[in-house]
Amino acid sequence: MNQPSILLDGLPVPFVDGQTIMDAAMAADIFIPHLCHHPEFKPQGSCKLCTVKANGRYVSACTLPARDGMEVENNSPDLNDKRRTLLQMLFVEGNHFCPSCEKSGNCMLQALAYELEMLSPHFDQFYPNRPVDASHPEVLLDFNRCILCELCVRASRDLDGKSVFSLSGRGITKHLIVNAESGRLADTDFSWADTAAHVCPVGVILKKRSGFAVPIGKRRYDVEPIARQVERLAARRADEES
Amino acid sequence: MNAVPQSRKLRLATTSLAGCFGCHMAFLDIDERLLELLERVEFDRSPLTDIKTCGPCDIGLVEGGICNAENIHVLQEFRRNCKVLIAIGACAVNGGLPAQRNHLDLGRCLQEVYLTGPGIVNGQVPNDPELPLPLDKVHPIHEIVRIDYFIPGCPPSGDAIWKFLTDLLDGRTPRLGHPLLHFD
Repeated sequence: MNQPSILLDGLPVPFVDGQTIMDAAMAADIFIPHLCHHPEFKPQGSCKLCTVKANGRYVSACTLPARDGMEVENNSPDLNDKRRTLLQMLFVEGNHFCPSCEKSGNCMLQALAYELEMLSPHFDQFYPNRPVDASHPEVLLDFNRCILCELCVRASRDLDGKSVFSLSGRGITKHLIVNAESGRLADTDFSWADTAAHVCPVGVILKKRSGFAVPIGKRRYDVEPIARQVERLAARRADEES
Repeated sequence: MNAVPQSRKLRLATTSLAGCFGCHMAFLDIDERLLELLERVEFDRSPLTDIKTCGPCDIGLVEGGICNAENIHVLQEFRRNCKVLIAIGACAVNGGLPAQRNHLDLGRCLQEVYLTGPGIVNGQVPNDPELPLPLDKVHPIHEIVRIDYFIPGCPPSGDAIWKFLTDLLDGRTPRLGHPLLHFD
């Protein structure tokens, strides 16, 4: 029996039963832009960057199970325009001052903005004002950069078993909080060894006294743009197999 | 009478609003290509010339965000006179690092700097009408006037500025790919 496959931008991509479009693409090292998705965690479809067109309809690649013969459009001007708009919305919602951010060059939000050639934030800035939490001896939290992907929430709850983080509030006032009576990270059992400390795709959860250690030019996305890193992995695997 | 008409040089104006002049320095980082550029453009009002007000121009380059009343005046002068207005650098694009004052109270900022800060004797907040009043918040320039193009970066590299301007002068849609496009 043939393995089922989807047609991703015209390319047959095999999958196993139960895999989503994103799972299948990731296994084949095909890049679908995403922020809230991480293979170790249950997908939730909140960032909407992985929006693809499956059999003519806009869907989230991270949550829709692949079906045999499904025709999926991913890397198209129409979808990339929509993704750029989503990025612009995320950029104006927070204070993304890359020039002074320790995560610059290693930030997925920034790397995707480069990938999709986002030149301006287009919309008016929100300039949120949420005080940083510097109470913890090892870790600093800058809530004004949070994109609400909930990766830290999921990691802390599902892998670390500590439930240090939550989202609170509704609509535009929704924000990341620390689950402690005082609301301070120092009053939780959070540690830099936790999985949750390392999953933030942007510059919210930062290790103290270790910023700006990597020279400009050698940071993760200086070396290669985000999509090409994925594609190169595929090329290397194909080389090893042959 | 039958001389071949020479193609007119384009006029280029530049200014720094709530900027640090770093974008102008990055512009000068095109080095000897500046001579090549001067074959094709003439400078109008700019920190590099002595022209005091902006006349009719083809291209205006604006660095810095908007932080006081005079910034708005200059920006509007540029918009009125420039066919194509370009925001250059992080400050012009999204307010930049100066916009980190947006969560502070302006009155308290001025008091701390001019009255209560360390080492101040008989301080006073400057109040001469010659001085432009600061705005309560810093804004990107596209929130004040329409902007045609954006060159991000803090600052954009000389190479990025060169690529952008030559694309524009040659009639191509300006594009910055990896590694010329960066926000930091």
